[in-house]
Amino acid sequence: MSELVQIRVGGHQTGLGATCRVDDWKTGPTATFLGLSFFIVYATWAGLQGAHYYAGPYLSPLYSPVVWTKLGVPGAAPLEHALLGEWPAWWPALIPATPAALILIFPGSFRFTCYYYRKAYYRAFGMTPPGCAVGALPQSQYKGETALLIFQNLHRYALYFAILFIFILYYDAALAFSKDGEFGFGVGTLVLLINPTLLAGYTFGCHSWRHLIGGGLNLHSKSPLRHSLWKMATVLNERHMLFAWLSLFWVGFTDFYVRMVSMGVITDLNTWS
Amino acid sequence: MSKRTFRIWRGDAEGGEFEEYTVEVGPGMVVLDAIHRVQAEHASDLAVRWNCKAGKCGSCSMEIDGMPKLGCMTRLGDYPESHTITIQPLKTFPLIKDLVTDVSWNFAQNKRIKPLQPKPRDADGEHRMQQEDVDRIQEFRKCIECYLCQDTCHVLRDHDRKDAFVGPRFMIRVGQLAMHPLDTEDRIPAIKEELGSGYCNITRCCTEVCPEHINITDNGIIPLKERVVDRYYDPIKMLLRKVRGA
Repeated sequence: MSELVQIRVGGHQTGLGATCRVDDWKTGPTATFLGLSFFIVYATWAGLQGAHYYAGPYLSPLYSPVVWTKLGVPGAAPLEHALLGEWPAWWPALIPATPAALILIFPGSFRFTCYYYRKAYYRAFGMTPPGCAVGALPQSQYKGETALLIFQNLHRYALYFAILFIFILYYDAALAFSKDGEFGFGVGTLVLLINPTLLAGYTFGCHSWRHLIGGGLNLHSKSPLRHSLWKMATVLNERHMLFAWLSLFWVGFTDFYVRMVSMGVITDLNTWS
Repeated sequence: MSKRTFRIWRGDAEGGEFEEYTVEVGPGMVVLDAIHRVQAEHASDLAVRWNCKAGKCGSCSMEIDGMPKLGCMTRLGDYPESHTITIQPLKTFPLIKDLVTDVSWNFAQNKRIKPLQPKPRDADGEHRMQQEDVDRIQEFRKCIECYLCQDTCHVLRDHDRKDAFVGPRFMIRVGQLAMHPLDTEDRIPAIKEELGSGYCNITRCCTEVCPEHINITDNGIIPLKERVVDRYYDPIKMLLRKVRGA
């Protein structure tokens, strides 16, 4: 028991992590901490590379859409894949010239403000609390999401961008059915197709989506379409945690797969070769 | 029958200590049965609140091995035979004696919530509601007011912000009214300001301990937080309201 832990009336311990629980409550937040940390480190590293994110016709989701591309970089997207063409000469040298830096804020903010991930990182990182009936990080005046974290209320705006990204990533998957003008498919095509599908499962189970699509109504009987959509969103919402983790893993895996193919470490099985 | 040891908190607001009791237990027994046996055989002055022994009255809320649970719904068979089970009163509320706490703060919170303000009756004198309009709020009516969710809510339990947040039980109580198809009361300002929806950081412990399996967080608190966003934080909705003069 930590020196900071005190016993008080009722036999209750107080202080960070103080609890009488004897079950394995630490596994959940520890796994969350490790899982999220691993993804953040990997995504940051992969995003900063600025190379090997494209292995024709596969594009890493960490780089999609490509706004500008830097020609001559190994594994960079071809010019026709870039929305605005070649990387601008005026780009400050201090800021890494990587296409991922321009777009990761959008899916990143969606996950950061997500109601599920808030629970996950408030427990695993913020320790408010680390577990149920486990002592929370002491704070002089707990304010919850009314002060510093008030921006969490704008989750729905991150949702709007996340929906847009589903279409973009399906478009990338559609492009992955064609190489040099020839129809075909490979393992990478399947990997790219699963990615937005899992993201759609995650995004359309979002609590904000569920509210906007029908949850805000009291008279569902007057809006049968919205009621049906709300019920569908509810089915996904009940599996929100599952889709949050599956889609997070698959985004990382898709980038890893494309990177390995681009670097020549693995060979993509496909109908073209 | 076999013997089992229980470590039970004995004391009042002035102080106390854990005492160990060993009693015979049998198949199917729950923690409350064991407490009654301790009362009968070792400590007739052991205070415990209970009533229905069926998980429907919400009286026997306590902390069993550190987790807020109902004594009458927690089977001894769920714990290893050699394990000493620790039984404590709820942490969040003032201790009266042994396993009994003063939960009257909750009654005061309930009084802060305005009752249903129904819209006028139909021409034939009836109120009419459709099933799909009340499905959602029927879930909240399962609440047995055991206050386990209040006990485990860290805003109340650890940060003691009873001045700012009414707790999950009363968020779903107000949710039941705010989502009611007949209610005409504008409850959003109260949900944000007086009842403190922003203090909940949706860590879901209330949902995890609910013996009625009410999805307090996903179906109650988050929908209310989203309604607060509609009113106070969504700039587009705020602009549209201005344009419409609403």
